[in-house]
Amino acid sequence: MSEAATVTHYVRPDSVLRYTFHERVMHWLTALFYTYCLATGFAFYTPYLFWIAVVLGGGPTSRFWHPIVGLGFVAVAVWMHFVWRRDMVWTETDQRFLSRVEDYAENRDQLLPPQEKYNGGQKLYYWLMYYGAFLLLISGVFLWFPEYIPFRLAWVHQIMIVLHEIAALLTIGGFITHVYMSVFLVPGSMTAMTEGYVSRAWARTHHRLWYIRMTGGDSPRKNDVEPG
Amino acid sequence: MSNGPLEIKAISGHAGPVPGRDTSRDYAVCKLIDVTTCIGCKACEVACLEWNGYPFRETVFDNTYQTMPDLAWNYYNLIRFNEHVAEDGTLSWLMRKDGCMHCADPGCLRACPADGAIVQYANGIVDFNQDHCIGCQYCVTGCPFNIPKFNSETKKVHKCTLCSDRVGAGLEPACIKACPTGCLHFGSKDDMKDLAEQRVAQLHEHTSHKNAGVYDPPGVGGTHVIYVLHDINNPEKYGGLPKDPHVPLLVRIWKGPLKWLGNFAIVAGIVGAAAHYLRFGPKEVEEPTKEEPK
Repeated sequence: MSEAATVTHYVRPDSVLRYTFHERVMHWLTALFYTYCLATGFAFYTPYLFWIAVVLGGGPTSRFWHPIVGLGFVAVAVWMHFVWRRDMVWTETDQRFLSRVEDYAENRDQLLPPQEKYNGGQKLYYWLMYYGAFLLLISGVFLWFPEYIPFRLAWVHQIMIVLHEIAALLTIGGFITHVYMSVFLVPGSMTAMTEGYVSRAWARTHHRLWYIRMTGGDSPRKNDVEPG
Repeated sequence: MSNGPLEIKAISGHAGPVPGRDTSRDYAVCKLIDVTTCIGCKACEVACLEWNGYPFRETVFDNTYQTMPDLAWNYYNLIRFNEHVAEDGTLSWLMRKDGCMHCADPGCLRACPADGAIVQYANGIVDFNQDHCIGCQYCVTGCPFNIPKFNSETKKVHKCTLCSDRVGAGLEPACIKACPTGCLHFGSKDDMKDLAEQRVAQLHEHTSHKNAGVYDPPGVGGTHVIYVLHDINNPEKYGGLPKDPHVPLLVRIWKGPLKWLGNFAIVAGIVGAAAHYLRFGPKEVEEPTKEEPK
């Protein structure tokens, strides 16, 4: 399969395919599973949010489904890994992006070095969720079947509860950032994940290297600033 | 206990003060277990089963009187038999009625995430409400005494209720009713402490148990089930009674600072995102003409 053939298939006159149907299904499955676990997890996390478990069918029901849906989340995370792991490899570009993250945060995007399909921040989020999923899985198994933990090893259960909570909090931090950025901060990224396509300008602005790889690029803009 | 609100407050046509006014009333209940007079007859176990309507469990035989290895979800109350060899070679056969201690600072209640699954009554009884139990078993990990037991069929956790249903009706717990030697007593916490101290003084005076003492561990705020032990310095020999029980440190960290740290981080994350949007706004992409971007 030649590179050119793949590329042209993904490119339209005004837009570029960012997420295939396969990727979109995958993303929304993890989103669904994660959000369910987040909601029920919040219910178990604090009494102020226990009402969520009630809304979702009651405490025992939430306790029953939380680990099963959690397994689903981990399963899709693994599936996702097979599809996206090559795109998520950490490179020099990401290092440079990260060193200028302040410019990114304060919307001085013209000062940023051009990025691949995913920028350093997105990759960090990916790896956070990927390893977070495994942390949640490993600790979660102990929380799923604590009846098999003997009393003298009760401390293992306690450590796993704390670990589960810390892992969850870390992913929640990423999740808040992810939702904020995709829904509010970066217009166009939501439709990218629902409809698959982004505009050429969007691709050029946010993921220049990927855009060039996909389209062959176009003439450089007059007022491009050389990243330093 | 339950008749507290019916205390006389004023009396019509009555000369002098209301009888009993300004007397201290102790509504906190307590079960006293004097292990020095326990004969291991297991009558309390049977009474517990009868009152709670559970069937007798299958027994095992391992050449001891310990015909059941542990408490179970439908077995709240178990005598632990221990053959303890002292340093001087003498043997003592120790029997201890094991069950929920009804801690003043209950680790189970602290650890439980389900609204209303565990309640602590003003009289000190800690009770599980299986209707609200979600079966997560955090109570098991929060308990320093290894008491709550999980029913894997119903996914609910059970333990001794101190017969809250009987006590609420002015009766004493079933186990107390059945004890033939009088080693079990039930009353107010103050009375039981007094009785226990009297028994300890008696043991000091009339027996060789110079280390006798009352087990009312302060690490869990005291308990509403207290023991008289022959040897207060070594409670472990009575089948693993912890010397200085506490709500586990990890449970306290998890339910205390970690919770508030997490709450703060989540709220700060959301507020931070909102503030960022207000300050910097969205990353708009200029949509230029296709031929010549600006």
